[in-house]
Amino acid sequence: MKAFVIATLALFSSFSAVAADSDPQALVKQGEYLARAGDCVACHTAKDGKPFAGGLAMETPIGTIYSTNITPGKSGIGSYSFEDFDKAVRHGVAQNGSTLYPAMPYPSYARVNQDDMQALYAYFMKGVKPVEQANQEADIPWPLSMRWPLAIWRWLFAPAVADFKPQAGQDAVLSRGAYLVEGLGHCGACHTPRALTMQEKALSASDSPAFLSGSAPLEGWIAKNLRGDHKDGLGSWNEEQLVQFLKTGRSDRSAVFGGMSDVIVHSMQYMSEADLTAIARYLKSLPAVDPADAPHQYDSTVADALWNGDDSKRGAAVYIDNCAACHRTDGHGYTRVFPALAGNPVLQSNDPTSLIHIVLKGGTLPATHTAPSTFTMPAFDWRLSDQEVADVVNFIRTSWGNKAAEVKASDVKVLRE
Amino acid sequence: MSTVMKKVDAVIVGFGWTGAIMAKELTEAGLNVVALERGPMQDTYPDGNYPQVIDELTYSVRKKLFQDVSKETVTIRHSIKDVALPNRQLGVFLPGNGVGGAGLHWSGVHFRVDPTELRMRSHYEERYGKNFIPEGMTIQDFGVSYEELEPFFDYAEKVFGTSGQAWTVNGQLVGQGKGGNPYAPDRSDNFPLVSQKNTYSAQLFQKAANEVGYKPYNLPSANTSGPYTNPYGAQMGPCNFCGFCSGYVCYMYSKASPNVNILPALKPLPNFELRPDAHVIRVNLDSSKSKATGVTYIDALGREIEQPADLVILGAFQLHNVRLMLLSGIGKPYDPVTNEGVVGRNFAYQNMGTIKAYFDKDVHTNNFIGAGGNGVAIDDFNADNFDHGPHGFVGGSPMWVNQAGSRPIAGTSNPPGTPAWGSAWKRATADYYTHQVSMDSHGAHQSYRCNYLDLDPVYRDAYGQPLLRMTFDWQENDIKMNRFMMEKMGKIADAMNPKAIARIGKQVGDHFNTASYQTTHLNGGAIMGTNPKTSALNRYLQSWDVHNVFVPGASAFPQGLGYNPTGLVAALTYWSARAIREQYLKNPGPLVQA
Repeated sequence: MKAFVIATLALFSSFSAVAADSDPQALVKQGEYLARAGDCVACHTAKDGKPFAGGLAMETPIGTIYSTNITPGKSGIGSYSFEDFDKAVRHGVAQNGSTLYPAMPYPSYARVNQDDMQALYAYFMKGVKPVEQANQEADIPWPLSMRWPLAIWRWLFAPAVADFKPQAGQDAVLSRGAYLVEGLGHCGACHTPRALTMQEKALSASDSPAFLSGSAPLEGWIAKNLRGDHKDGLGSWNEEQLVQFLKTGRSDRSAVFGGMSDVIVHSMQYMSEADLTAIARYLKSLPAVDPADAPHQYDSTVADALWNGDDSKRGAAVYIDNCAACHRTDGHGYTRVFPALAGNPVLQSNDPTSLIHIVLKGGTLPATHTAPSTFTMPAFDWRLSDQEVADVVNFIRTSWGNKAAEVKASDVKVLRE
Repeated sequence: MSTVMKKVDAVIVGFGWTGAIMAKELTEAGLNVVALERGPMQDTYPDGNYPQVIDELTYSVRKKLFQDVSKETVTIRHSIKDVALPNRQLGVFLPGNGVGGAGLHWSGVHFRVDPTELRMRSHYEERYGKNFIPEGMTIQDFGVSYEELEPFFDYAEKVFGTSGQAWTVNGQLVGQGKGGNPYAPDRSDNFPLVSQKNTYSAQLFQKAANEVGYKPYNLPSANTSGPYTNPYGAQMGPCNFCGFCSGYVCYMYSKASPNVNILPALKPLPNFELRPDAHVIRVNLDSSKSKATGVTYIDALGREIEQPADLVILGAFQLHNVRLMLLSGIGKPYDPVTNEGVVGRNFAYQNMGTIKAYFDKDVHTNNFIGAGGNGVAIDDFNADNFDHGPHGFVGGSPMWVNQAGSRPIAGTSNPPGTPAWGSAWKRATADYYTHQVSMDSHGAHQSYRCNYLDLDPVYRDAYGQPLLRMTFDWQENDIKMNRFMMEKMGKIADAMNPKAIARIGKQVGDHFNTASYQTTHLNGGAIMGTNPKTSALNRYLQSWDVHNVFVPGASAFPQGLGYNPTGLVAALTYWSARAIREQYLKNPGPLVQA
């Protein structure tokens, strides 16, 4: 299987270059695939808006900005030459010379290959339907609205634009994974913590262990640690589970929720098996942040107590009445349907935002092409008080071998509002 | 004036099991399909939200998922000498409403059929002689054999994620000692999931049935014994025996339904549209009356809308399929006096008997646990598995403990002689609520000249159209069979050695009671067959009279089965869809020459 994937991958990259030269349609197709990999549509499309016509509001610490129209029309990027396009995507500089807000992840795109840029350009010029929709100005008050400080930011924090170069002797699959994750995939935009000055603390695996080590809450969800930690990272996941998860939004033991749902629906499910394998293998190559990291040890004390009718542990009764039907008293859930809570890394991050959020608001597993069923966890905010939510969250975070910091009712109150 | 919609290749009336199966099959064939559902959109989310759905008052008592009889109902009478009156409170049967139809609120008992029941008249005449079938009993052959349907039974079970145990697969014995049914016909494959676990009450039944010399087996159940992914990629959760199946939306995604098992695969299709709140009032015919041009429906705002289509599938509940045919002038209405006409004839039901056994407090049956399709059954008296000769009646019954979960309001049952209220009732309820076993004989019901459906001459629905009139009563054969089954099942109950027994069967002189629920399994009225003089549909469920109208559902059964009907309904729908895909679309016209 491994040999096959590598062979297919090699074939894909060499074939695409050849095909692109001789067949403009193939170049557009390749660009479409790469635009999926970059998930351009996610930010450049407003809710219920036309694809790539922009207008999606994004909250930033200094005010609301709106994504731009990147369709090949007059109000979009129809007049962009390849050089203009490249300058915007990889350098962060618009056609008029002003610096883009770094909501556009050009520091990540800086490592996209020239060939892939050509394909993306071909796609946005010939494969996307032009939409005439004027761009919306940012709602940022002066003096913060001035753009020149952004240029300084760019000069300080954006890396030099250079084609991605695999490390010498690096496994081809691994380097393809690095290219996708660090480059077009711009995973770090959400999953890497940011400094006070808002730049990602690391842009690649070689920069520092901060890379993909999880972020502060974004729109009410934590983008989790993707490194090798067992407690809150991907230490307990194997490559196959990761591929299954990215392709279908679900694995035998987990289900996507929060902000990652859109990434699966708009981007990841379109990736080839070879590219998903590359992404998974690369993520699995990132070592744990915590030097004392150790695999989850299941502890049956709580499960045994519940089995024997003892719900005296704080939060246990709330868990039995609201959660146990699907996630079970032993916290193992049901394979492929209801995620396991025991040992689940998204529940054990220091910051409990995601867990509190899903208990309050519920979540729906999105339909994907190869897995059309949508499972919904209903909301519980209408029936559980802040204290009850805190109790049940603490119960989940300290049962079956799970370990995480305590949550207070006041933490729940903040998120409920 | 109606608003006229853009013409589609196929319009489907009703989105329950038959509508969903047809939608999947016809979109696979590349057709543009619109499904019209009279009720609202419904799905596991939000209609099955936990814990709100665990609410007996809202669902069972106030009938949340059932037909709204303030808008449309049936009138009922016992005989043509009586005046029919509207049924103003659902009781004896429970037609569904909304997306999923009765397929959303069913229990999940998922049988095939006993092969002899598909050729009921031929079989009885061959074994017992022509005179054995009583005068006025109009049982018929379906016109299709078990062997022809087998691949479709198999596929439907894989779509439903059915749990069970085969007896033989391709002639090889596989089910002995594992819960297989020795009377079951041969299969091409085992069930997609192993049998569910058995409740303690079912284990008691199994033990007692063995002692009496019967052959107990595990009920085939469309409640999952584990997580499952069907051929459409639709996923199911595992049943946790919560006991809220019949009348409820399953919050565990573990009871098969059109919503869980088929709709996810239809939703992304560009050639499919599901239009809820679209109440179809008639099928439109061209001037020749031999071809349908589409249907007319009333939308949520009360507007009349015409949906033109090349192919019309009537996939509504049994009663509504028959009524739509009558309202649209498809097929000749049945006249019981002359015994002529086809639409409305052979209306049949089911013939249940129940025994409850009450135990001391050391027998913990925990009746609040349950699953709608789960249990242990015997087929020793089902179909023609025993010699009917000496007993003088037609038909058989499977018998079972099918502990589907006793809910607190309607689930209380006390030994005979207990007062219906007061402190003695309270004491008995506390003593027996979790110490009792209920078992049923789920009997076949035959069709008769005097039991039929037509349009009511007086009463109309909210849209001004005549209600369907049901003329129905129990016949001598039914009472005889019921009493026989009660006696046989009584032996099992006796062998359990309970403290007290309640026997709820039919007595000579009993009439049809519209208040007392037994099953929702209404059959016939638009039956399939081999002769256009005695059937409304040919063996492919195609109208003999209007060739582009197909009518899948239990309305096509010429008589009621011993088993629950859904498995046969699903298989017949797949069978019909295959005929449409492989024969009709290539050459539209009658698939059987009359």
